[in-house]
Amino acid sequence: MEHTNPTDAAPWRPRIVAFFCNWCTYTAADLAGVSRMKYAPNTRIIRVMCSGRVDPQFILEAFARGADGVLVGGCHPGDCHYVEGNYKMLRRYHLLQRILSDMGIEKERFRLEWISASEGDKVKSVINDMVEKLTGLGPLALPDQRAEWDREMDILEEKMSVAETAEKEGTHA
Amino acid sequence: MPEKQKPAEKRKAPEKPKVALYWCSSCGGCEESVVDLAENILTVIDAVDIVFWPVAMDFKKADVEAMPDGSIFASLINGAIRTSEQEEMARLLRKKSAVVIAYGACAHLGGIPALANQFERERILRYIYEEAPTVINTGGIRPMTTYKDNGHTATLPVFRHVVRTLDQVVDVDYYIPGCAPTPKLLLDALLALLRGERPPKGTVLAPDTALCEECPRKDSKPTDLHFTEFRRPHAAPIDPELCLLAQGFVCMGPATRGGCEARCIHGNMPCTGCFGPTSRVRDQGAKILSSLASNLDAQEDKDILKILEGIPDPVGTFYRYGLAGSLLRRALKPL
Repeated sequence: MEHTNPTDAAPWRPRIVAFFCNWCTYTAADLAGVSRMKYAPNTRIIRVMCSGRVDPQFILEAFARGADGVLVGGCHPGDCHYVEGNYKMLRRYHLLQRILSDMGIEKERFRLEWISASEGDKVKSVINDMVEKLTGLGPLALPDQRAEWDREMDILEEKMSVAETAEKEGTHA
Repeated sequence: MPEKQKPAEKRKAPEKPKVALYWCSSCGGCEESVVDLAENILTVIDAVDIVFWPVAMDFKKADVEAMPDGSIFASLINGAIRTSEQEEMARLLRKKSAVVIAYGACAHLGGIPALANQFERERILRYIYEEAPTVINTGGIRPMTTYKDNGHTATLPVFRHVVRTLDQVVDVDYYIPGCAPTPKLLLDALLALLRGERPPKGTVLAPDTALCEECPRKDSKPTDLHFTEFRRPHAAPIDPELCLLAQGFVCMGPATRGGCEARCIHGNMPCTGCFGPTSRVRDQGAKILSSLASNLDAQEDKDILKILEGIPDPVGTFYRYGLAGSLLRRALKPL
């Protein structure tokens, strides 16, 4: 489906929701910031204590509410502040990718990256790369899609209210 | 069962609250669960008048249309919503009823029919009318929504592109979960409503704890699970005493609302999740995915993927009764 943004003429840009762990990736994003690295501004970062805290519901809800991509960042294997939270996320990642793929959501839209506190440049390159890939894929636009699906019910609603009005007028006459 | 009565002539008898029952995209199991009230159905009949129940009684849509708005005490609607006719009936009953109850897994969360949300409408129709092994349809004839013959017009409902839960079509007051709900839940809910109890709108009329809480095998559930493989119930013997998760079977118990009296577990089968999630969970499938995957006994990608091969159909397993009501609802590029 060709997607255009009707309200403004600005070209569409992907929206990414990122869940970054407090100890590694969020600190790395902070480092990228203080180092004045420039990277694509499409990401809304949400700080969580651990990538293991990222409930798969968060990821699905981000998509359901209009995210074009979801990025989860955690500590490198073996470095998790909570010992194995990142492994839990890794296991969920693999299973969730299968569900997303069955539901027609491309695997590039959900990404898991290990980024340590010192890897500010990796934050930059991962986000830039993801923005590029998502731009290629185009919008996911689940809320629009949903509204589109539900339009098939409007016709009946209209018909029923017309019939009801006619009936009322008939009884008054 | 009361005989068909002309409402206008029966005004003298004390009026009992009116109850309507209707079915949409469902298998009939929910209707069966009403019949399964057995002798308790007499308690129900004593307390209410059933004014509409197409599966069992001869009232017509016009009878419902003739009732004043809001005059039905409660409508219990089961089944998912797939056709324009189901939408229309749901809306009619909503208008005529004080309370609408989504009865059973399909009305509550989409149920088994909502698994069709993985597939394109065209593919479903093509298979059913042309490709199924039992079908011979060389002309490729499909049912039409309108057909004119001899000056008469016959119509069929429109088959929608999406399977919906009842609350995606009309406002719903309460939910009675289950595939099918237990007669006990139905009786408890009806009697509570008749006593004038009104839980907050949107309440699921069943306990709000996970099935594990009432599971007879609760004590054998390990604190830490370590899945080295997933076994499937048809392909491996099941120990009748031990926690099914501890045996490596996918049991939806931890992510599923209790209140079913653990019937599947008593039948030595894992929970498949028909009661939906508890009130704290939005997406049952995501929650069981989280629980199971986190406890895999593997750290490397290839080992993780190997264990996950034991769940060949994650959508059909985790969203067996809840795809329409889930966060994603329907496949974006359906098969």
